[in-house]
Amino acid sequence: MLTLAHFLTLGAILFSLSVAGIFLNRKNVIILLMAIELMLLSVNMNFVAFSRFIGGLDGQVFVFFILTVAAAEAAIGLAILVVLFRNRRTINVQELDELKG
Amino acid sequence: MSMMELKLAFPEIFVATMACVVLVADLYVSERRRGLVHFLAILGLIFASIITGSHMAAEGERAVAFHGTFVRDMMGDVLKQLSYLLLGIILVYSKHYLREFKLYRGEFYALCLFALLGVMVLISAGSMLTVYLGLELISLSSYALVALNRDNTRSAEAAMKYFVLGSLASGLLLYGMSMLYGVTGTLELTEIANRVPWTDNLLATFALVFIVIGIGFKLGAVPFHMWVPDVYHGAPAAVTLLISSLPKLAAFAMAYRLLENGMGPLQEHWESMLIILSALSLIIGNLVAIAQTNIKRMLAYSTISHMGFMLLGMLAGDAQGYAAAMHYAIVYTLMSAGAFGVLIFLSKAGVEAENLDDFKGLNQRSPWFAFVMLMLMASMAGVPVFIGFFAKLLVIQAVINAGHIWLAILAVIFSVVGAYYYLRIVKLMYFDDAETDQAINVPMDFRAVLSLNGASMLVLGIFSNALIALCVASFS
Repeated sequence: MLTLAHFLTLGAILFSLSVAGIFLNRKNVIILLMAIELMLLSVNMNFVAFSRFIGGLDGQVFVFFILTVAAAEAAIGLAILVVLFRNRRTINVQELDELKG
Repeated sequence: MSMMELKLAFPEIFVATMACVVLVADLYVSERRRGLVHFLAILGLIFASIITGSHMAAEGERAVAFHGTFVRDMMGDVLKQLSYLLLGIILVYSKHYLREFKLYRGEFYALCLFALLGVMVLISAGSMLTVYLGLELISLSSYALVALNRDNTRSAEAAMKYFVLGSLASGLLLYGMSMLYGVTGTLELTEIANRVPWTDNLLATFALVFIVIGIGFKLGAVPFHMWVPDVYHGAPAAVTLLISSLPKLAAFAMAYRLLENGMGPLQEHWESMLIILSALSLIIGNLVAIAQTNIKRMLAYSTISHMGFMLLGMLAGDAQGYAAAMHYAIVYTLMSAGAFGVLIFLSKAGVEAENLDDFKGLNQRSPWFAFVMLMLMASMAGVPVFIGFFAKLLVIQAVINAGHIWLAILAVIFSVVGAYYYLRIVKLMYFDDAETDQAINVPMDFRAVLSLNGASMLVLGIFSNALIALCVASFS
């Protein structure tokens, strides 16, 4: 029998993976974008699980909004990525070091 | 949904329509007559201000619409009016900059208006859903704006950093919200305050930590400040002007809605978190700003320290503290808009003024605008008579009333440290020789608005009671 705790654990694992992905990744900006998506999805998992076990619909409605915003966010993220690549011919995270001080 | 509810949200509906109208109108306007788009945007702001003003919420009034997701109260209406004014100032400053840098395109205006819509939604948020949507509307517009200069490598890098860290912040905030939803079973903020189990609830405190981190990121408080200097530095000055001012009003409203409306009963928990954030922001912001030679980075660290000051006002969790914090947020946005205005004033076709040396001998080149900058810097440093002094005074009073004497002392010490780098600019302007004697050529409307912006520091300082009374009334 799956309980709320199972879903929350899954959400927490996905969330930790995505945060680790953002901070540990030193190579590719696309992996950063994937980590960000994963983070939003882990939150969705939480909302749906809570909504199911508490018995309100608010959480599931929130999930739809998060999904929509995530789509817009991915579009803008990829657009910035294209601009970045056009200007610098690289999307290596370590080479993003022009701004310092 | 009744007509009454729609009427409450009429300013938001109008601004959303205006943003779309500006976006479409730009398609039919030739390059030469882009001024029409500018005019349309300003006209939209004036009408939005009239619409909001015609049904201003009175003292203590609180109207709720759309099942509690939308709140209209006096604080919200005052902040909205100021947002219109601020965006108006920003648009006038930006027009000159965008022209000089060949960035004068219609999407700038549409994105600014969408960011304004996000600010308004966030200010009026009554549920976690509207907080999130307003926040994302501001963030997504500003990511795009930072990358406005598509051929500049620094802009692209700044946009990418801003995007990644901003999304991380939204993710953390959302995770906290999901936990809070799990604890209380509702998204509505006032309902959450009623249902949060009062004592020793681990899950509620856990949610609170994530939410405070999210707020800290958006405000740019230490230790969540790493994006601020890079984004300020990399973005075109007109965009830095926007992101350093307008969203800070919204960030204050967001902190108030989430912490006070939503989690008021947990005040003793978030108080200690805010103490850490504000003390660190004051210390790191002011100390690191001294070492900067790039004025945009310097102003970025100064923003960080100002946000620390604003959080000081909030941590007491009483009406006096919120009024002080709101006053501080308003005054800060005006000062910041003015400072970046002067920066744009000094920029010319393709060369951004961004080093401290660009201020050398400004007094010889343009005595009046050197004086304007003097007033802005004195106000930021908190010299008496100028409005910045009263903003700091109110916050320090609120902190002392809350019983944190050592924090008040810390705030005063670091205000003095901060005065050093503000007054350094004054020294450069008045006591060093100019490196160029090139004439500064800016349009009349720019001069007029910048002069008023600078003069407002002195005028608001002399008649400081009006603005203070407005802020106090907002929380009574």
